[in-house]
Amino acid sequence: MLDIQTQLFEATDIRFGPIDHETHPEIESKWTHDAEFMRLLDLKPVRPLSPAMIKKQYEAIEKEIEEDKNLFYFTIRAREDDHLIGKAMVEWIDWTNGNGFIRLGIGAAEDRRKGYGSQALHMLLRYAFGELNLYRVTAVVPAYNEGALRLFQKFGFVEEVRRRQALNRDGQFWDLISFGLLNTEWQDQARA
Amino acid sequence: MKDIYRGTLVRLCDESPEIMAKAFAKWDRDTEQHRLADSDPAMLLSEKKIKEIVEKRAENKQSAPFSIRTLAEDKLIGGVGLWVHSWSHSDAWLGISIGDREYWGKGYGTDAMRLMVQYGFIELNLRRISLGLHAYNERARKSYEKIGFKMEGRTRGDGLRDGVRFDSLWMGILREEWLAAQELA
Amino acid sequence: MKDILKGNTVRLSAMNHEEIGQAMSAQARDSELMRLMSTSPSRLHSAKTSVKFFEKMIEKNSPAEYFFSIRALEDDRLLGDINLDVINNWSSRDSFVGLGIYDRADWGKGYGTDAMQITLRFAFTELNLHRVTLTVFEYNPRAIRSYEKVGFKHEGRIRGGLIKDGKRWDMFFMGILHNDWKELQK
Repeated sequence: MLDIQTQLFEATDIRFGPIDHETHPEIESKWTHDAEFMRLLDLKPVRPLSPAMIKKQYEAIEKEIEEDKNLFYFTIRAREDDHLIGKAMVEWIDWTNGNGFIRLGIGAAEDRRKGYGSQALHMLLRYAFGELNLYRVTAVVPAYNEGALRLFQKFGFVEEVRRRQALNRDGQFWDLISFGLLNTEWQDQARA
Repeated sequence: MKDIYRGTLVRLCDESPEIMAKAFAKWDRDTEQHRLADSDPAMLLSEKKIKEIVEKRAENKQSAPFSIRTLAEDKLIGGVGLWVHSWSHSDAWLGISIGDREYWGKGYGTDAMRLMVQYGFIELNLRRISLGLHAYNERARKSYEKIGFKMEGRTRGDGLRDGVRFDSLWMGILREEWLAAQELA
Repeated sequence: MKDILKGNTVRLSAMNHEEIGQAMSAQARDSELMRLMSTSPSRLHSAKTSVKFFEKMIEKNSPAEYFFSIRALEDDRLLGDINLDVINNWSSRDSFVGLGIYDRADWGKGYGTDAMQITLRFAFTELNLHRVTLTVFEYNPRAIRSYEKVGFKHEGRIRGGLIKDGKRWDMFFMGILHNDWKELQK
């Protein structure tokens, strides 16, 4: 059913919003100094960034959005006071095959374990499937990220690929798991 | 001489890119507004980025973008513009969106359209103006017909949202038709 | 020390951007080949566009990207190319490998397998990588067999990752760890 009224970007406690070049660099800079968070969000080595470097990242993101047309990026805000709590995106979109990668993270420590991840993933999937009309989405998760594993399993994602020992962190090897969800599977869930 | 920017409910204005960007950023949040007015995937661009786009648009000599403000409270409620797709053919595309849903279905959009069409024929001396809309946008279609646009075509299933294919409708108004309608008025 | 760029029937050499650009552009006309190698829609590139693409690679000169030409030992003929990309800033020593033999007359002769074996030796004994990953399309059984022979293990499949000729196909992931490879050398 074509639903033009249900808001794509509003959930119960959170909403998706744009980047705010004035206030977000400082907040995100703090997150990059939280190695525990960064090790959950990113596969690349942890690297603390200054607000100026974050600003440059934002410019690169906006350039990629505009030029490559295969990235859709959102900040996650608290509905109550609009403060920045995380980020969510659909990236590396392969249009002719209908695939996209999804990634999200709640950066503010005090905002975790409140169900915001579920609300954000729900919006992100509606966007990927209902607005971008993708055939499927993929999420790549390191085996130690139990929160993410639980979240994707809750949403009916299927474990599709396990790249053995593809990540080396904390003196240990970890598998990288690719989870996949098809548009049809998501629609079936919504109907159920 | 007539003030070509002033209608009965609204006037067409030139807006600072900062103010326009702030307004667009706010209206971008409204899914219903977006799905009525736009074909592209909904995006939440930063005010900084929107401002750049607005500034670039203003520099484009083939475009004539305006903001829409109410006469009563001088409230910024939307945007309208003409994009000349070919000077030699003297034909332009018209786009309008009333971002503030408080002003839907009350004649504000139709008034702004009237002014924009008049501008196109009187100031830009266009020969015709074209527009497209989603087939499910009944309110817009009625408004355009009231102004004198004629239905010219339908492209089948060129839109896809929520797994549903929908058609686009294409309408146009010719200079002669519009002039004749002004005579009668 | 062994000459690790040389195999039994082929050797790896630097890419010559003019030569590869020309070869790629000719190869692009073979749409079956393109379907085996690429997820993107089949496209015809002029030689100039292809050459430019490889020129950019030279300019970028990334320390994480290794792009080799595959040449026949017998007559030094250009047979194809193989490339190795080290990912995530080297931190986990994981990489992706991609291989292509251009002319179908050269398929099924072991050139690809030989080139892959040279590359794995290079990856594990010169770059000291921990693993090499590859993706291969469900409808390319010849390549899948060749990778299995060389030691890659199946690690899963992206369901419906490709649509070709109106049908959905899976994209297979295969991986080989340093230890897997070492065992095979015994």
